[in-house]
Amino acid sequence: MSWVTKTFNSSLGRKLIMALTGLFLVIFLIGHVTGNLLLFKDDGGQAFNEYADFMTTNQFVQILSITTYLSVILHVIYSIVLTSMNKKARPIEYNQVNPPKESSWSSRNMGILGTFILIFLVVHLQGFWYQMHWGDMPKVTYDSGTYKDLFKIVVFAFQQEWLVALYVISMILLGFHLFHGFESAFQTFGANHKKYTPAIQFVGRAFAIVVPALFASMPLYIYFTLN
Amino acid sequence: MNLTLKIWRQKNHKDKGGFVDYKVSGISKDMSFLEMLDVLNEQLSEKGEDPVHFDHDCREGICGMCSLYINGHPHGPQQTTTCQLHMRSFADGDTVTIEPWRAAGFPVMKDLITDRSAFDRIQQAGGYVSVNTGGVPDANEIPIPKLIADEAFDAATCIGCGACVAACKNASAMLFVSAKISQLALLPQGQVERKERAEKMVAQMDAEGFGACTNTGACSAECPKGISLTNIARMNREYFSAVASSENT
Ligand code: HEM
Ligand code: SF4
Ligand code: FES
Repeated sequence: MSWVTKTFNSSLGRKLIMALTGLFLVIFLIGHVTGNLLLFKDDGGQAFNEYADFMTTNQFVQILSITTYLSVILHVIYSIVLTSMNKKARPIEYNQVNPPKESSWSSRNMGILGTFILIFLVVHLQGFWYQMHWGDMPKVTYDSGTYKDLFKIVVFAFQQEWLVALYVISMILLGFHLFHGFESAFQTFGANHKKYTPAIQFVGRAFAIVVPALFASMPLYIYFTLN
Repeated sequence: MNLTLKIWRQKNHKDKGGFVDYKVSGISKDMSFLEMLDVLNEQLSEKGEDPVHFDHDCREGICGMCSLYINGHPHGPQQTTTCQLHMRSFADGDTVTIEPWRAAGFPVMKDLITDRSAFDRIQQAGGYVSVNTGGVPDANEIPIPKLIADEAFDAATCIGCGACVAACKNASAMLFVSAKISQLALLPQGQVERKERAEKMVAQMDAEGFGACTNTGACSAECPKGISLTNIARMNREYFSAVASSENT
């Protein structure tokens, strides 16, 4: 085995992949939530549709998209690899377990949280991403040209209570995943120091609350104000 | 105090094992947990039954030999070793569940005794400094800043008990291994074998079948010596920089 395969097959190497892909997805979320804020613009969806068009056609964005797809795939694969390795390390469970309060619930349930996020991702991508790329989309024309009317699809989708509920619940779960994950990734990189760990913790916790809350506000806003 | 003990009994490594309930009475609040078990074993011996086997040695909280997973906590409800746990931490009439450490790397040998030699093999893989013999060196010849010495010493207080593995949902040994790597990586004497040590100890840890870390922090919270999670971060740095720069291709 070369040193590279040996490293990435070690427990620490696998964790490194988890942390790198996880943090890349965090960066992706920043871009995604910022762009989607255009949904709140009171212009019948023009800015949002122009932005969606840019995101599916721009070359540089496409490189970022592919990196994002790869990150999700690697993150999921390695979560399975690590989880099975961790299960094997304790073949017989305890009869009684009392986790100490210092270990958060999120940290002990990253796999379950991740699995729900994955289910959400499938529904989410099917509903918007697949439609935008390969679906039969309605068109809309502005001064700047004719665009696929993704805004219409989004508004239409979020008239369904169950979908709004799914989005809100999934964002809460994502918040819990990030509440532990953000900070954990830095620990995995070996970045734990009294000078900057409090800042990482603060930013991570703020991120885990603010970003999912912004995402969740979108279906709620559309459901209650647009139809 | 009167207590009901729910204890894991297992004849040998191959036996399936199971829980057996015992009653003990007349336990003083000032007894240590192990002394309470001594009382039970005396009763069992008098009846001609096989006493409950458990590990212990110093009974002073310094050797790391005692273990026991008590009511869902390694070393019981206090952050100390089982030999330093006292019966005042329990109430009259309590049911106390006692299990062995559960980890693939720590197979159960008999009752509550597990084989923790995996830790010895990890230690032997690189947890040492090679010293050439010669004249006696002068004391304090190598300057070490007090803060660094303290940090190395904090890591060195790990007694190798394995409570971190027992506490971790993944049965990960990273707190132990990181304490051993840190203790030497921080000191000038540890520099010569620094990279090799990180690579070999991590490889041995994986080979012994311990899990990976999810950074839950349960290990440090349950560690009788309060070994800090900053050691795990240091181990990660040591390991990643070692694999990226060592001569070992
Ligand atoms: C937008 C989506 C996601 C983001 C931003 C994200 C982010 C993260 C981050 C930053 C970590 C911490 C890495 C570390 O501990 O070093 C993490 C851990 C984890 N993620 Fe995700 N994740 C996402 C989706 C998922 C999905 C879909 C799954 C699974 C199907 C998943 C499963 C896990 C698991 C199991 C861990 C813990 C691994 C371990 O430490 O043992 N995540 N995630
Ligand atoms: S790190 Fe703590 S719990 Fe783990 S072996 Fe050392 S002393 Fe025991
Ligand atoms: S018997 Fe030595 S530490 Fe408990």
